Amino acid sequence: MLKIENLQASVEEKQILNGINLEVKAGEVHAIMGPNGSGKSTLASVLAGKEEYEVEGGKVDFNGIDLLELAPEERAREGIFLAFQYPVEIPGVSTTNFLKTAINQVREHKGLDKLDAVSFLKLMKEKMKLVEIDQSLLSRSLNEGFSGGEKKRNEIFQMAMLEPKLAILDETDSGLDIDALRIVANGVNKLRSSENATIVVTHYQRLLDYIVPDFVHVLYNGRIVKSGTKELALELEEKGYDWIKEEASQLA
Amino acid sequence: MNWKKKGTIGLRKRPVNLLDIIMDHTTVINTVQEKFNSFEKGLNGEANSLLHKARKGSLESLSKNGFPKGGKDEEYKYTDLTSPLVKDFIEILGQTEESKESFEDLIDYDLDANIVVFVNGQFSNELSKIISPETQIKIASLAKESNSEAISHSNESGAQADGFLLLNNAFAQDGAIITIPRNVTVEKPVVIYYISDATKRKSLVQPRNVFMAEENSEVQIIESFKSKGTNENFTNTSTQIKVEKNARVQHAKLQIELDEAYHVGNTQVLQEDGSTFTNTTITFGGKSIRNNLDIEIDGSGAEANMFGLFVLNEKQHVDNHTSVDHKKPHSLSNEFYKGILDDSSEGVFNGKIFVRQDAQKTNAFQSNNNILLSDKATINTKPQLEIWADDVKCSHGATTGQIDENQMFYLRARGLDKDHARAILLHAFAQEVIDKIKIEPLKDFLTKKLEERLSDEL
Repeated sequence: MLKIENLQASVEEKQILNGINLEVKAGEVHAIMGPNGSGKSTLASVLAGKEEYEVEGGKVDFNGIDLLELAPEERAREGIFLAFQYPVEIPGVSTTNFLKTAINQVREHKGLDKLDAVSFLKLMKEKMKLVEIDQSLLSRSLNEGFSGGEKKRNEIFQMAMLEPKLAILDETDSGLDIDALRIVANGVNKLRSSENATIVVTHYQRLLDYIVPDFVHVLYNGRIVKSGTKELALELEEKGYDWIKEEASQLA
Repeated sequence: MNWKKKGTIGLRKRPVNLLDIIMDHTTVINTVQEKFNSFEKGLNGEANSLLHKARKGSLESLSKNGFPKGGKDEEYKYTDLTSPLVKDFIEILGQTEESKESFEDLIDYDLDANIVVFVNGQFSNELSKIISPETQIKIASLAKESNSEAISHSNESGAQADGFLLLNNAFAQDGAIITIPRNVTVEKPVVIYYISDATKRKSLVQPRNVFMAEENSEVQIIESFKSKGTNENFTNTSTQIKVEKNARVQHAKLQIELDEAYHVGNTQVLQEDGSTFTNTTITFGGKSIRNNLDIEIDGSGAEANMFGLFVLNEKQHVDNHTSVDHKKPHSLSNEFYKGILDDSSEGVFNGKIFVRQDAQKTNAFQSNNNILLSDKATINTKPQLEIWADDVKCSHGATTGQIDENQMFYLRARGLDKDHARAILLHAFAQEVIDKIKIEPLKDFLTKKLEERLSDEL
């Protein structure tokens, strides 16, 4: 589904990604871990198409399409979804407000009919249950005065509505208490299928108790320095990141 | 003297001096005087009326003070409406065009409201529709008024009174005095349409209206300015509103369907103890507009709200000058203006707050936020606070920026294209002003108009 080859990217002339290689197949869950500043969030943003990141080299193929050529909205319509680490506040715009237009633009791209108000509401009700989110929250100004848990639940709610092929969860566990974490993880798990894939970007192993990955990659200094199965995450939890840093410096 | 002909010749030979010739104070005032003399002749025995005496007084003041010099005088530094007035409209000063056009398409008769229509400054009985009983609304003619308070020169001492207001007062043919009696709550809003008919020729219209909300009364007044036709038109208007003790007035000024219009508007408000006054000024249309809003709070426990929204494109120019004068203790004023400017449009915001020495415990807040959508659009914003009392809370703030890139990215990452994402963000920005309106049908109407206006931007 997704094939990243030697991806290099910089922001404000500072190189952050130094050649990422990663392949994600349908049905898989990949965790990307790493110490602060290793480039995890940059990778997520570059895949979603954030314009302030400059791609310096490499290729990203998404279901046969050159992803790097596409505008952020085109990537979304092709099925990329980024759950933001820090979802922005937008005063005066509610989730319901923009999501209907968003979904219909995505559907139009797929050659599907637009959803009318009734079907949209029906779909919303169904997906709201999944992340235990209240309708009143969806009618309020986006993220304005939301708690950390509400923000992240709203992200996963939008993901449920948009039904992406590849979901990228950027530090979705940050700022969540254990109950909120369970609700969010539960939502993600219910959305998993053999047709879609998930990339979980996280600093801590905690989230991976709930969203169990097939593969774990460790990102350090803008490169994937180690890959393994879910046991790697446990090892990192136990031993910290220092041994990874040492290993990496010995290699370099 | 045929000054226009002279000016035209001047244009060909010495273009640089044209303005000086036309704008020469004496020349202009002489022309205004000539026009006043012919205007007076057409008045048929009304020359001894109270209104006409007031007109003469205003003309005299205008002769002394002249018009503000656009681009030069501090108050008109960024806005020049004197040049178009003098160059293109002074020749038709004091002439009334009977209009034969139909204006029904500009008037929304479906509104559950009192509808008062002025065409080219003349009250139209046919087009108006008053549904509230006379016990709730009294409408009288300014020309026949014997109440000297209503037509005194009181408006000329206002903080922002200038040559345009004097010109209005000198040439106002007639106008309405609308009185809401004591303790009356008018249930249906009063919608006043001012229509400039520029279908066949250009027009200069100077409406003058007075509203009196008597003690403990309540009313909603909507003034909607519209123009018809493709010729240039100039409206120079005066609205006086007296909000007596404990009275509550919601007032909106709409400048939406105004294509090639020049507009100078003076809204002057006097508030007494415990009164509430809210003005909302919405500008989407027009060529060059100056709105003066003067609020004098001569009472305690009073509240004044000033809300404004302008959405401009192409070469539109809109200048909102507001002034609130706190004269007594324990009152509140709250100002909130927003602007969206595209292409090479220009906006001006000037907010004066005066807090007199006696006006202790005054709260006065002001904010002006703008979004510029193009490199060529400009906004000049200036808060002007003069505070003589020491126990007050006053704040002001102004921001000007572009659309927030992080918000744009968020929406695009959900699949919205750039144009839709932008429209959603601009709508939310502007809607904040509309949401402050307490007249529900007006709020719905403006929300719809805003959507249309912003979809033009797509």
